[in-house]
Amino acid sequence: MARQRSWLGRLLQDHVRAIDFTLAALRRRPVGTVLTAFVIGVTLALPAGLHALLDNLGEASGNLQGSLRASLYLKDTVSAERGAALTQELARRPEVKQAHYISRELALQEFRSYSGFGEALDLIKDNPLPAAIVLTPDAAQPQARIQALLKDLAALPEVERAQLDEKWVQRLYAIIELVQRGVLLVAGSLALAVVIVVANTVRLDIENRREEIEVMKLIGASNGYIRRPFLYTGLWYGLAGAGLACLLVEGAILALAEPANRLAGLYDTVVSLDGMRLEAVAAVLATGLGLGWIGAFWAVSRHLRHIEPA
Amino acid sequence: MPRQPGRAVAEGRARARPIADFSHSHPHARSGRGSYLYDSPIPIPDSRKKVADIIHFHHVSHRYGGGPEILADVNFRLGKGEMAFLTGPSGAGKSTLLRLTALLARPVRGQILVEGTDLQTIKRRHIPAFRRQIGVIFQDPSLLKERTVFENVALPLLIRGASGDDIGRRVRAALDAVGLLAKEKAYPPTLSGGEQQRVGIARAVVARPPLLLADEPTGNLDPDMAREVMQLFMRFNEVGVSVLVATHARGLIERLPHRIAHLEKGRLDDLRPAGLTEKTLDFG
Repeated sequence: MARQRSWLGRLLQDHVRAIDFTLAALRRRPVGTVLTAFVIGVTLALPAGLHALLDNLGEASGNLQGSLRASLYLKDTVSAERGAALTQELARRPEVKQAHYISRELALQEFRSYSGFGEALDLIKDNPLPAAIVLTPDAAQPQARIQALLKDLAALPEVERAQLDEKWVQRLYAIIELVQRGVLLVAGSLALAVVIVVANTVRLDIENRREEIEVMKLIGASNGYIRRPFLYTGLWYGLAGAGLACLLVEGAILALAEPANRLAGLYDTVVSLDGMRLEAVAAVLATGLGLGWIGAFWAVSRHLRHIEPA
Repeated sequence: MPRQPGRAVAEGRARARPIADFSHSHPHARSGRGSYLYDSPIPIPDSRKKVADIIHFHHVSHRYGGGPEILADVNFRLGKGEMAFLTGPSGAGKSTLLRLTALLARPVRGQILVEGTDLQTIKRRHIPAFRRQIGVIFQDPSLLKERTVFENVALPLLIRGASGDDIGRRVRAALDAVGLLAKEKAYPPTLSGGEQQRVGIARAVVARPPLLLADEPTGNLDPDMAREVMQLFMRFNEVGVSVLVATHARGLIERLPHRIAHLEKGRLDDLRPAGLTEKTLDFG
């Protein structure tokens, strides 16, 4: 047991030394370090920023959906009792947040008060307005499910016509879905770019330290020992780049918040552009670390084994 | 007058604790006189295999690529705790013999045993552990220019996972042994050729390897410095380290009481087997 602790202690000590050594080496060449981190940061900022934008758009579309109303106009043959019962049935469905029955009389009354055509309506003997059920779909439900719900409701024997006329919201959903896929593709390509940037930087580092590696191998350093500082270098580049990406995205969100609000105001809604959530920041940092490690591992696996003491 | 390497150690003025006799961990130490580099818990292969020879070349031939044979059917033994010189003209195969011993190359034919281990059977992943048991010194000491003398000498201890205190003690003792304690913070480019060579020697011996291989270690040094370096090797040998030195400086070694083997055109002859010394120099 004591022997195992000692082994672990030595391993820990080696890691602490590798961390110290690599941080000191990066500090010794600040310009190169910052430039590399900046390239990685900008590369990661694009998918991270698009993801944050999508997050905000998703939230905004959720708000818009909260204000969506679907109107089911009932046939004249449907009695007020049946209409009220149908409203209660619909309100129990999971896709429906609220259902509200408007009888023919109530519709006429509302029309009379809001339209200003009260006297003109007195000239008509029959009430021309149909009874209606006004539905508020549950915003948490997927758009496709809400569309399916409306299709079902339009097919009900009591319903004359179902109407959801917020076409632009549907277009927004379609755009969001398209952008989401695009972001995934872009993120994949840029992740590869980060791996290549780190791998190339570490490869140059290996070339610069070729002599040192030869000496280390000559005196019996294991491959793991020699590899360790390069892997940590990759991790630091990834972490620094990811941190920078988060800062860039936050800066962009701050810069865009006001114009976005103005734009939303034109659509009678309020959009507040939120900063990156803690989970998103953690995900970006973890991604940076992971990509940095992969890049460094790729470089050391390819190049280290070819260096042997002369 | 230049400071004699290791004088502080020899006179018992070492800064660290009294430096332990290497024979504590080396049963082959021939003399109690040789104070070495401090006592330490760093494990040394303590004659795990009971063999008399630390190096044994058995009908070894070698060539680089499709070139001519550098070594041709060489048979050679170096006993444990023995010191020997390998001489011969340039291109005779001296460096190749050392490189094969340090597993920097593998022979095209024959068998090489180091401490009883057949080098042909060592797997690639075990080579680092093997090399940790050998101290290698080249004509160019291959020091890392961006690291201080202390850091250069500390490398073998770092890769063994020695603690900071232990590294401090051992590195200073090794630097003291080669007379460079005052230069521990210097960078190699600021040192003379002789000093750089001594740093290389300190690095080779700091982890107390049982076998020391030196390839033309005095090639860049003036005669006085070359003598000092040879004295260092003798001191290490006196405390049990097996030493094999390749050199073409015949004038320097002929008066030393050690075996000389001569390599020429790939063939090896023992010119002066151990015990047939004509005259012994007093390096006291």
